[in-house]
Amino acid sequence: MALTDDVRTGITEHDLHEIWKDAPGIPGFFSTVDHKRIGLRYIYTSFAFFFVAGLTALVMRAQLSAPNSHVVSPSTYNSLFTMHGTTMIFLFNTPVLAGFANYLLPLQLGARDMAFPRLNAFSYWIFLLSGVFIYASYLIGKPPDGGWFGYTPLTGGTYSGGVNLDFWGLGIVFVGISTTVGAVNFIVTIFKLRAPGMTVNRMPMFVWSILSMAFMVIFAVPAVTVATGLLELDRLFGTKFFVPHLGGSVLLYQHLFWFWGHPEVYILFVPATGMISMIIPTFSRRPLAGYVWVAASLIAIAFISFGVWVHHMFATGMPVQAMAFFSAVSLIITVPSGVQFFAWIATMWRGVIRFSTAMLFAIGFLLIFLLGGITGVMVAVLPFDWQVTDSYFVVAHFHYVLNGAVVFPIFGAIYYWMPKMTGRRLSERLGKLSFWTMFVGFNVAFFPMHILGFLGMPRRIYTYQAGLGWDTLNVIVTAGSFAFAAGTGITLWNWAWSLRRGAPAGDDPWGADTLEWSTTSPPPDYNFAATPVVASRHPLWDQRPLPHAVSGDDEATRSLGPEGALVHEIPVTTGIDAVPHGSQRIPHPTYLPLVLALGIAVVFLGLLVNAVLVGVLGAALAAAGLTRWLWRTDTDLT
Amino acid sequence: MSNAVIVVEAPVTVAPARAPGRSVAWWGMVVTIMTEATIFAALISSYFFLRAASKQWPLGGIELPELRDSVIFSVVLWGSSAPLVWAERGIRRGRLGALRAGLLLSFLMGAAFIFHTVDDFQKLHFGWRDNAYGSIFYATVGLHAAHVVIGLLMSLVVQLKAWQGRFSAERHLTVEVYALYWHFVDAVWLFVFPAFILSPHIR
Amino acid sequence: MFDARGSEAHRVAGLWWLMFALAAGVYAVVGGFILVAALRGRGTPEGRASRITENAFIWLGGLLVPTAILMVLAVVTVQTTSHLRRPERDPLRIEVVGKRWWWQVRYPAQRFTTANEVHVPVGRPVEIGIDSDNVIHSFWVPQLGGKVDTIPGQHNVWRFRATRAGTYLGECAEYCGVQHANMRFLVVAEPAAAFDRWVARHLTPHSAPTSDLTEKGQLVFLRETCAGCHTVAGTTAQGDEGPDLTDFGSRLAIGADTVPNDPGNLAGWIADPQSIKPGILMPPTALAPGELHALVAYLESLR
Repeated sequence: MALTDDVRTGITEHDLHEIWKDAPGIPGFFSTVDHKRIGLRYIYTSFAFFFVAGLTALVMRAQLSAPNSHVVSPSTYNSLFTMHGTTMIFLFNTPVLAGFANYLLPLQLGARDMAFPRLNAFSYWIFLLSGVFIYASYLIGKPPDGGWFGYTPLTGGTYSGGVNLDFWGLGIVFVGISTTVGAVNFIVTIFKLRAPGMTVNRMPMFVWSILSMAFMVIFAVPAVTVATGLLELDRLFGTKFFVPHLGGSVLLYQHLFWFWGHPEVYILFVPATGMISMIIPTFSRRPLAGYVWVAASLIAIAFISFGVWVHHMFATGMPVQAMAFFSAVSLIITVPSGVQFFAWIATMWRGVIRFSTAMLFAIGFLLIFLLGGITGVMVAVLPFDWQVTDSYFVVAHFHYVLNGAVVFPIFGAIYYWMPKMTGRRLSERLGKLSFWTMFVGFNVAFFPMHILGFLGMPRRIYTYQAGLGWDTLNVIVTAGSFAFAAGTGITLWNWAWSLRRGAPAGDDPWGADTLEWSTTSPPPDYNFAATPVVASRHPLWDQRPLPHAVSGDDEATRSLGPEGALVHEIPVTTGIDAVPHGSQRIPHPTYLPLVLALGIAVVFLGLLVNAVLVGVLGAALAAAGLTRWLWRTDTDLT
Repeated sequence: MSNAVIVVEAPVTVAPARAPGRSVAWWGMVVTIMTEATIFAALISSYFFLRAASKQWPLGGIELPELRDSVIFSVVLWGSSAPLVWAERGIRRGRLGALRAGLLLSFLMGAAFIFHTVDDFQKLHFGWRDNAYGSIFYATVGLHAAHVVIGLLMSLVVQLKAWQGRFSAERHLTVEVYALYWHFVDAVWLFVFPAFILSPHIR
Repeated sequence: MFDARGSEAHRVAGLWWLMFALAAGVYAVVGGFILVAALRGRGTPEGRASRITENAFIWLGGLLVPTAILMVLAVVTVQTTSHLRRPERDPLRIEVVGKRWWWQVRYPAQRFTTANEVHVPVGRPVEIGIDSDNVIHSFWVPQLGGKVDTIPGQHNVWRFRATRAGTYLGECAEYCGVQHANMRFLVVAEPAAAFDRWVARHLTPHSAPTSDLTEKGQLVFLRETCAGCHTVAGTTAQGDEGPDLTDFGSRLAIGADTVPNDPGNLAGWIADPQSIKPGILMPPTALAPGELHALVAYLESLR
């Protein structure tokens, strides 16, 4: 029910800031549980890994630019492609999307923070520590070299006897904790912390995409945890899971790995499409077409993605009937992506397009993903895959979908949302230069790889012979890759530059429709003093002025207004219809997430160096941290 | 930060839900259980995958799993959910006594299961390094036992708070969330036990 | 792989051109839609109307048309696959084992073993057993057909027919360690008569070395560590760590097609294989120049 006049409260912005602020300096850095700081941290850290993984790619391309080259040794090259893939998937793509989700979800939902702020901080520390853990292998000159998928028996103790692979195997289990815990947070936040009136039918499409992604994580990550966990048991403790002559199975590893591995690529792709579904409508000035179709597609993709994993194993000699089934499902999964694709085109069709940098990246994404999706259909065709799997054709395919169709939306998201996060716009001029350099460089780098695959060039080779017709194409690929890298560098520079010199963004630089644009840029610590009340999918377009809730007297409504923010509470709403049913106190800053993460890191260190005492100490620290955490949860929050 | 007064623009009152909903902590435990259950699903699938590829099972002449005591202590473990349900019902009506007694009994039954598991492991004539059967057996049954141990530790914390009188009819979310976890651990054994202990006996 | 010389490669090449035609059509049409959508509203204040509704556009373009195309592809997939790798009567059987980082090639019926070179008669069905006793490799000859992995603990089979005579490059297509890049092999498809002659040469027992030089070379071979890893049929050298060298002189390349087989390269390989293919399991062998010369001559004489 609307009241007639704006309601003045006795609370000032300063009062709320005092309740919600972090401690200054270093203590605040380590104890914050603010989703905005954590989200930004995820993004910065991920991009640091992106930079390093990009360098590995450039070194590899330098080595491959000529036949029989000696830029790096064979074993160095092998560790380069291992670290490139591992870093890009686990330490860049997955966490950077989680970082954007972390930052944006509460704001898009009209909430003051995530459902589990301490867990959020914990998931970041685990991500950081697991990345450091994997890269510590370089400090002792023993980087992993088993490839990013680490097939046994190559990665078992017999053929990879050093500690190199343990950094990798343990590292994957380690980083999986972050991804899983993040997914729990996303799911509960999306279901329980939506603003009143934001029924599931009115959630922003980015939120739908995170919901789909998070459920995929919940059911997929356990498989890779088991795959690499059992691998490490074989390596560290001499178990026989993957030892054929003692009853183990080499293919079991591949099944477990790819049961996660295929959903993982959708765990990356789906949030990227969520970003596109926010950017295109804004710059077409029209609502997203086919909202229900698109949401249904995101759910369909989540389910179907679990039914295709064997297409990564088509060359392993399994019975053809079994593989034919997976070939068919791999064709079917194209359809929901096609629906989304046409929804985006339909959105643009009747609109007036503003070609901002973010929109350019979105259009670039469309053109690149169209090709990547088409080659995906091709590799789903079983006999064709027998020729091109493990060749540069498939390298081209997956870079079109994982680089083009995930990285381009991420770069678009930087131009779109960084102004909200930092209060400063990036330079559009540099942005457009970055986009065109990246777009041209990307295609010059990756398109010829299709042809190299046809010419018989296999994957993961540190060199090749002259006279096979591969030389010129490899030079072109290398040139394109350097251009692409330069293009990404322009955005990274632009981003750094904008932090000091960018034009002030204002609340809503793009004239967008969702709730994050109703706050200041950057938003205050508490996001919303009074919770918005939503009656449309496009609150900022349809509901002018945007209504806000006042606190009521009962437990369900007392936290809606600024009075709730004053006592560090958030409203909790029902899952489908978003009607308030409770108020939840949320935690203040604490070091406990860091303590627990450090304890777990020490456990992994103990396993790595085979020191029981170290492991026990780590477990004790973790147990102490966790016990105190849960104790305080009961005392303070229930 | 400014001293500007917070103004609620375009204010509306919102009607609350007619029925209460579950808290975020409860849902968080539910989603966590979903992912933990998937770990066990992956291990159980691996067990059957390895078995399908083997001519004899258990491998390498390893003896069949012991049945009599396993069944008895499995029933004890599953039974431990009953006093916990009674404890939950009790505290919902404000009965601290029922809560304390139920928690303690459930704890003792769970502890008995762990003692049996440890004793059983010591009596086995194979290790997890011997072959893939040993590996998957110890890994899965051991991981489940680890989950039980964690549940027992959580129970101690909850019992400590119960004895301190910190729970009431209005405030016992911690008990509910703990109970969810414990029932989950029992439910996992409903799948692991038939697969790993019973099914090898079926030929 | 489009310069197809084998039954499987031919079929897949045909399949590719069909898919390429569909792909080009789809890309042109949908790409066109994207560009039109981007530019259509230019100059107008509120965009242009269109007769087709958004929902119709979405389910026609995003659901119906893709489903139709995919159904065509599904049928073509099943059809093409059903013609591939089928057991045939009286195939030539070969057993290949992927090693680190070379290929062991055995002809079980004819009872001889060679390495890194597979000879087949043109036109006859061939059935290759593909195995590994170490890590996963993958047997791939793009001009003849698709790849099959070598999975330790599992016996895989590839069936094909070569349709034209020629020498075709084969590669390991699954990362298998430090020298995965140099684990190539050659498939020589030859007319039946030439193939039979090649087989026959393997069946006649080795005559003893005919010249002083090659006799000296054989002594060096048996005296040094060579015999510990390599086999030469008809001598006491029966090692099985490294490739069988019984027909080494007739092979086209050394070290799994790492360098061509000529005396200069062979001398360099024996003296220090690590400088040519670093990381492999064969150590350097220090020999006086005269002895090395003799050893090279001996090995090249093994045909």
